[in-house]
Amino acid sequence: MRQVARLNVNPTRMELSKLKTKLASARRGHKLLKDKRDELMRQFMDLIKENRRLRTEVEAAISEANRYMAVAGSVMQREVLETALMLPKQEVELEVGEKNVMSVYIPVFDAKYRTSDANDIYSYGMAFTSIDLDGAVSSLSEVFPKMIKLAEIEKACQLMADEIEKTRRRVNALEHIMIPDYEETIKFITMKLSENERSTTTSLMKVKDMVLKQSHNYH
Amino acid sequence: MYKTAVIGDTASVSGFAALGLSVFRETEPEKIKKLINKLAASDFAVIYITEPAAALVSDTINKYRSKKLPSIVLIPAIEGNTGDGMRSLHEAVEKAVGSDILN
Repeated sequence: MRQVARLNVNPTRMELSKLKTKLASARRGHKLLKDKRDELMRQFMDLIKENRRLRTEVEAAISEANRYMAVAGSVMQREVLETALMLPKQEVELEVGEKNVMSVYIPVFDAKYRTSDANDIYSYGMAFTSIDLDGAVSSLSEVFPKMIKLAEIEKACQLMADEIEKTRRRVNALEHIMIPDYEETIKFITMKLSENERSTTTSLMKVKDMVLKQSHNYH
Repeated sequence: MYKTAVIGDTASVSGFAALGLSVFRETEPEKIKKLINKLAASDFAVIYITEPAAALVSDTINKYRSKKLPSIVLIPAIEGNTGDGMRSLHEAVEKAVGSDILN
């Protein structure tokens, strides 16, 4: 357990009022950051669930395409297979936008296809290629929109995980270090000041006694 | 406009060429590292990489985790699913929550 440390400041009224302002803003910051953390966490949990679902789907579809591909690779010559896929008709470009989730900027991907014809994914004639290659290509093209979505969500999850970690550290630093330190220092200065006051009062009374004694010969 | 890349062994990534993605057939760690850095510096927003290829260059991939772009996504290779992709999801949860609360 960490010892609460008193800050190294002079016990003056000036410092006291400064510290009180600091404590107030630290408390306010703590509350705001805590709210931010909770909301980030809530959204993160939704995203993570979506991410998991998408990943399972995408992995299943790619595995299926890979099975087709393995068969195609075994019935066709490697060179023929490579040549068939060498010059694609289709082309994909991404438009990248940005979304602000609790001041975490996450990218949004929007795929733009060069040709809108769904058959343009087959960049080869049907005569010399295996039907399994068609299967592989079509299942990949079917899952591709989900793959784009997955790229988007996976990045969002990573960025939000970073931000949540940072925010959590800040909340903890405020809650367990800064706020207790300020409180301790304020307590120290208040005590020191009132002690000074008592000591001033006492010495005043003493002086008063002495003065009275001198001038009136009181006992 | 941004582009999409696929990195991995020939058999696993060839199919993506038909979709019009930029396909890079690399299996050597050093070359993959250089390639990822090069792609990230140019206009590639999404990089799909097969799990075995990603396992060789996990440092480089982790480097881009906290960057906005590119988004590097692990996909199963032709030999089958190693579960690395799912594992990186669990890592994100562990980082955010402090413990892995999935499952």
